[in-house]
Amino acid sequence: MSGYVPISKEKRAELLESVGLKLENLFNAIPDEIKLEKQEFVELQSDGLSEQEILEQLTKLAERNQRVDQYDSYLGAGYYDHYSPAAINHLINRQEFLTSYTPYQAEISQGTLQAIFEWQSYICRLTGLDVSNSSMYDGASAAAEALLLACRQTRKEKVWVSEGINPEYLKTIKTYFHAGGLEVEVGSLNEQGTAAGTYPTGDDYAAFMIQSPNFFGLIEDMSELVTEAKSNNALSAVSCDLISLAMFKSPGEYGVDIASGEAQPLGIPLNFGGPAVGFLAANQKLMRKMPGRIAGQTTDTEGKTAYVLTIQAREQHIRREKATSNICTNQALLATSATIYLALNGRTGLREVAEQSAAKAIYLYTELIKTGYFDPVYSGPFFREFAIKTKDNLDLNLLNAKLLENRVIGGLVLTKDIWLLAVTEKKSKKSIDDFVSLVVHLLSDPEIYGG
Amino acid sequence: MKHKLNLIFDLPQTGADNKRFLKKCDVVKPNFQNYYGENTLRDQDLDIPDLSEIQVLRHYTNMSSRNFGVENGPYPLGSCTMKYNPKINENVAGLPGFQNTHPLQPVETVQGNLALLYNLEQKLNAIFGMDYFTFQPSAGAHGELTGIMMIKAYHEANGNFERKVMLIPDSAHGTNPASAAMAEFEIREIKSNEHGLVDVDDLISKLDDQVAGIMLTNPNTLGLFEKEVAEMTDLVHRAGGLCYYDGANANAILMQTRPGDMGFDVVHLNVHKTFGTPHGGGGPGAGPVGIKKILEPFLPKPVIVKNNNTEPNYDLDYDRPQSIGKVRAFIGSFAVYVKTYAYILAYGAEGLAEVSEAAVANANYLLERVRNSYHVPYSEPAMHEFIITSKMLKEQYGVTTTDVAKRLIDKGFHPPTVYFPLIVPEAMMVEPTDTETLEGLEGLANAFNEIAEEAAEYSQLLKDAPHDMPITRPDETKAARKPVLKV
Amino acid sequence: MAELKTDRYYVETHEWIMIDGDTATVGITDYAQEELGDIVYVEAEPEGEELVKGDIFGSIESVKVASDLYLPVDGEILEFNQELTDQPELINSDAYAAWIIKIKISNQNQIKELMDAEAYQASIE
Repeated sequence: MSGYVPISKEKRAELLESVGLKLENLFNAIPDEIKLEKQEFVELQSDGLSEQEILEQLTKLAERNQRVDQYDSYLGAGYYDHYSPAAINHLINRQEFLTSYTPYQAEISQGTLQAIFEWQSYICRLTGLDVSNSSMYDGASAAAEALLLACRQTRKEKVWVSEGINPEYLKTIKTYFHAGGLEVEVGSLNEQGTAAGTYPTGDDYAAFMIQSPNFFGLIEDMSELVTEAKSNNALSAVSCDLISLAMFKSPGEYGVDIASGEAQPLGIPLNFGGPAVGFLAANQKLMRKMPGRIAGQTTDTEGKTAYVLTIQAREQHIRREKATSNICTNQALLATSATIYLALNGRTGLREVAEQSAAKAIYLYTELIKTGYFDPVYSGPFFREFAIKTKDNLDLNLLNAKLLENRVIGGLVLTKDIWLLAVTEKKSKKSIDDFVSLVVHLLSDPEIYGG
Repeated sequence: MKHKLNLIFDLPQTGADNKRFLKKCDVVKPNFQNYYGENTLRDQDLDIPDLSEIQVLRHYTNMSSRNFGVENGPYPLGSCTMKYNPKINENVAGLPGFQNTHPLQPVETVQGNLALLYNLEQKLNAIFGMDYFTFQPSAGAHGELTGIMMIKAYHEANGNFERKVMLIPDSAHGTNPASAAMAEFEIREIKSNEHGLVDVDDLISKLDDQVAGIMLTNPNTLGLFEKEVAEMTDLVHRAGGLCYYDGANANAILMQTRPGDMGFDVVHLNVHKTFGTPHGGGGPGAGPVGIKKILEPFLPKPVIVKNNNTEPNYDLDYDRPQSIGKVRAFIGSFAVYVKTYAYILAYGAEGLAEVSEAAVANANYLLERVRNSYHVPYSEPAMHEFIITSKMLKEQYGVTTTDVAKRLIDKGFHPPTVYFPLIVPEAMMVEPTDTETLEGLEGLANAFNEIAEEAAEYSQLLKDAPHDMPITRPDETKAARKPVLKV
Repeated sequence: MAELKTDRYYVETHEWIMIDGDTATVGITDYAQEELGDIVYVEAEPEGEELVKGDIFGSIESVKVASDLYLPVDGEILEFNQELTDQPELINSDAYAAWIIKIKISNQNQIKELMDAEAYQASIE
């Protein structure tokens, strides 16, 4: 079987012969010593499968998973299950968006370019900042690039990052910074689980970075971040959540210099963690130091509005080793998907998503505390996620295992007795009540928690 | 679609119900002002429009029609490999059992996902002659950075902190030096010779005990196979360096030869080029990185492992003290790998050999069909893509590569990659791919030849091209001088 | 053909330097601006920075090219031509009037190593 190749071997040989070439000579440039003789591998069947067989095989694999739409899940920790309007998938599966590439030729790529321009506009409106790029791989790498941007701008080699940032992000930042010979100082949280009052002093920090809502769902004080950063001649950076920004003041309003984060919550399927889509926005003075593609508005030779990739002299294809980053991919299709999510929901819909998520998370928290089995870990206000602690050091791994038997995927176990639970607008009061009853039922079962 | 398309922010807001996607809120919303405190909540609503569904659908449908996709026609964008993206792959990647799994679910609940990735790793090892693959990198350049970080970690683990030099040919993709620079390597450029291949003598002269490694693309960015690749990797190994294979052109060698057999220690793939996953207007791609055993301790965390005798069969190993860490959150662009897996299943080993054969045959056929109209700078046999230039047209008629590219749009084709590689003036890099049709190849050949003829008589027609697009040529200088990057 | 001025010196990386006692202005040559095409952005190291001959003191960008700028003699940066922030195209219209930085020369001995207009002309032919 030759899969999707449209021209048969015989026809191929014939075509080549018509221009004086031979099929058997095509790979003559490859020396015999490295030619692959063996065509049989245990790992790789020699014949292609039919479309029907592929569907069957993969369906079988997919069915080996337990899914959040069939189980009641409370996982979040940077990846959230918000409702995705049906229209999105129809639009982004249009082959003109799906199969095209980076818009190098503007005249034939106005669709992608305008989509990126609209994404940048939405990101600037949400974050309150001046400049957004066309997107990054994910929230973690966007945070790392945000901090590298600060180092380029300030010519300093050290950053301070609050421990309230998602641990996956912190690991990514450390990897990038270690490779680049740069230093990351991690700031411990205060007793309320936030960065307030924990900022360092010194003139050698390129940036201070916090996350809000932080890893424990808590709202951080961005005004303190900005004040502290300014007084230490550092830039202020936040990793933030776009849905929460329908309710909360934007980083730009506080005077934050750089905002980054993960746009997956804007209706992008969980997909076991990827592909994701990061965003990166900054104030005007950082524009020429931004990493990644950026689309701009201009005019054509007839004066009509046109969109192009612009300020490209920052980028690797021109500046090579002096580029602002090696990135050339942006997550265009997912950025478009997120843009359509914002267009469909509008400010009213987005606000409702945010408010329902917050209200339902607060409801779950209150109900769990009421059971008497849990204590708060932190007392401050949170958005759609919170940490709670079992009384008497009860083992949450055991509880999660029992929940799973009841088709519930419990929260993330941070330590044996601390649970991180996320709730989105998709939950109903009844499902939350059922969950709380089940938790009480299991925790009070002497056969599970005997003695 | 030449008519004007407004920005979404310019559409009238006429009171559509923007809560229509959600269930009614059935818990009591607390007084958020009290709960979150003063000065935390927005004073004013977000400045984004409330629109109806039909407005949004029309807007983005019309926007999409201002694009050109692989299903519109030939898309010979060299180095980018714009091959057909099989439809079934979208269906399988969209299976709810895959789509609705959270990255932090307990491993026993995602055995299907882990089995798929584990099996894919085995297949990639076989196809590329490597020992392990990591799926974390989100794109080719991200894979480069990850691979380079592992090379750095390897030298550091051996106490060789002085190895700070990365050798990179002058014809390399810009990402190579940019990635190496992000890992603090100093770049030492190697010259290409008059045949368009790496100058091995120049390579030898640049080897010393500071060399950490070499980054090579093969076939190289000129579409030529580096015949002396095995000698080169051997030379670098003897000098104590490691060898990195940029897999941007791996579609040309599928099941013909393997980077592992050429002597490479690290390889990244661009699955959207090699295995036909959609490019999405610039992403999402995925850049899995394959390595030889010596680099295994440095793999990003976590690593997928298989236990034959215990449940669950597949697990994630985080206990890796020498790991470079993480280059992104979670495991990688899983849905893209579902498509990659389906693609490999559709071909099998023999089918993949035919993919590379068809890619190389199509490029060579097309090159022969246009050879008399354009300057062909290199005489080495072409692989899956080739370079022609507008040198003659420019000298005789003042017609540049940009003009040729824009005129191709008038004739219904996406232009090739232009002005790359930088070492060839007026370059056009043409890659028809393995899935180009006969009518597509003939059409492209005829269009290239017609344009060369038009240049003689109607050069202005070329300079004004394209003629039937939503816009004529945009003012890029204005865009970069006074950037308007949002509204 | 690119224009040259005899009132100043040149270096082979296509910068000119016009000396006025112990200070000087530095810009790029007409030849360089022609090669770059439409200039869209110029930037320089901050004022007060002390650099040596051959150091990168800034960079200049057109749409498709970015090029580093090299200092012709040792010196301290006194001033960046702020007019170029909003009007980088001034370099295209008159490369010799549109100076990029003003410096305080710290090594007068290096002046004799610079090229005059004739020598520079020969180097670009």
